[in-house]
Amino acid sequence: MSTEELTVQRAASHALGALQSFVVRYGLGIALVIAWEYAARRAGSIFFPPPSEILHRAAVLWLSGPPSRLFLSDGVFQDVLPSLLRVLGGWALAVAVGVPLGVLIGRSRSLSDFVNSTLQFLRAIPGPALIPVFIILLGTESTMRVTLIAFGSVWPILLNTIEGTRTVDPLQLDTAQAFRLPRYARLWRVVLPAAMPKIFAGMRVSLSLAVILMVVSELVASTSGIGYRIQNAQIMFLLTDMWCGIILLALLGYTLNWLFLKFEDRVLGWHRSARGRTAAS
Amino acid sequence: MSDSLGAADARAGLGQSRPLASPSLVHRTATAVRVVLGIFIFFLILEFVTSLELVPPIYLPRASTVVRRMFELLQDPKFLNHVLATLHAWAVGLALATLISVPIGILIGTSELAYKMSSPLIEFMRPIPSVALIPLGILLWGQGFSMKIILVAYATTWPILFNTVYGVHDVDPIAVQTARCFGLRQAAILRRISLPSAAPFIFTGIRISASIGLIVVIAAELLASADSGIGSFILFVSSSGGQMDSVLAGAAIAGILGAMINSALGLIDRRFFAWRYLGATQS
Repeated sequence: MSTEELTVQRAASHALGALQSFVVRYGLGIALVIAWEYAARRAGSIFFPPPSEILHRAAVLWLSGPPSRLFLSDGVFQDVLPSLLRVLGGWALAVAVGVPLGVLIGRSRSLSDFVNSTLQFLRAIPGPALIPVFIILLGTESTMRVTLIAFGSVWPILLNTIEGTRTVDPLQLDTAQAFRLPRYARLWRVVLPAAMPKIFAGMRVSLSLAVILMVVSELVASTSGIGYRIQNAQIMFLLTDMWCGIILLALLGYTLNWLFLKFEDRVLGWHRSARGRTAAS
Repeated sequence: MSDSLGAADARAGLGQSRPLASPSLVHRTATAVRVVLGIFIFFLILEFVTSLELVPPIYLPRASTVVRRMFELLQDPKFLNHVLATLHAWAVGLALATLISVPIGILIGTSELAYKMSSPLIEFMRPIPSVALIPLGILLWGQGFSMKIILVAYATTWPILFNTVYGVHDVDPIAVQTARCFGLRQAAILRRISLPSAAPFIFTGIRISASIGLIVVIAAELLASADSGIGSFILFVSSSGGQMDSVLAGAAIAGILGAMINSALGLIDRRFFAWRYLGATQS
């Protein structure tokens, strides 16, 4: 056998392997979409439009703008962008409040005993139940929605930060003290880095909560946003539009989570490698 | 990417506080006193802030008014029926989610192929917020009981599923190989090794889901203007003349209910799966 033949054979088997892993990974999803398409076309149910129709409608809704705006239509600027800004604003507020407060509470054992049950209670209050109160106090503008998102999504960040700062390795703290590191340096260099993985875990849970709360806030007394579009579609009985909104939310949630994971890997990469080294030794 | 399912879960499950070795009686009493004092101080602060009347009390009533209203509501049979309706939908939805996701989770957790095949699909479906399905649910199933339980089941499926997959995946391979050496069949290995060792993880999933489920039921009742439940009570009192004391009392009762369910499940967790925490403190 010549070398060329070998290379060809290797390339072929490589391609076959790639194909196989592709089928394994996406086969089920593709099969389900095809089955949905077929069943929807046969049954003709208005509740479950075929995926091709949803895709077509989504393109009309969001990608029918002029080329100068990257084909983005007015719908993107009226609904998708405000929703996105509310999610990020509310979540950023939750991080800005949750992390410092969590460090403060977590550093003091007695303080965390004092506030623990109150926090558990506050966390268990369903955000939507407070919408009437929020509307009366803050109106129906974005301020109310961002506050609601922040209120609902702050708890995982706060509780994880408390947990993370409380469970710092005492040996590390003692070492820092022995080297006479000042208080703030101990906080910045020992406590915070050690608590980071837990804080990030909380931030990630909060991010998906923030998306949920964004939708909740837009289902009530709203004039814009993805949640508003979905509800409007329900009232007007535009099932395809509703499905577009639902799938857009799935994409949004997926993308935000993916971006956050990338960010986390970048920021916490050192931590995982440091942990790996101690585990090996 | 293919292991993001399990890894994501391991990181997401962190929020739960781990009880360490049981401290002395004195220490525990001190903690209990602090907890009670903490609640009392929280109430006093709320009372003080609301008594300043920065906003008219019709909009934001005093904390004491809300607490009084809570006690009134808890003696009102009509309100208690709303609470029962909420709990009923919550329990059925959670049970449904458990029945669906534990078997699927075991399948995905034990078979590498099933794991690989389903993970992209799950990764795509999971971020769909349950509340975004409320409008669709209303059209498909109306505003009653079935809409609520389907939404709750959808929302609570994910934590149970991920924890089951993670738990089954995490089984000690030596235990499985030992069992295989002793000639145990696949079914017996599953029943006697995989399931018992995955049980605490599955229970953690159910516990996380229980809290989520309660919030989702109440949200669905409120946003879909259902016929009964705490959520529809809150919607009713807020739209009929804006009785803010009743709105806040209803929300606070929902919060207490959620905290009680969470701590009850936490107690069960510590009671039945204490061995897991023993292992955790040693390592």
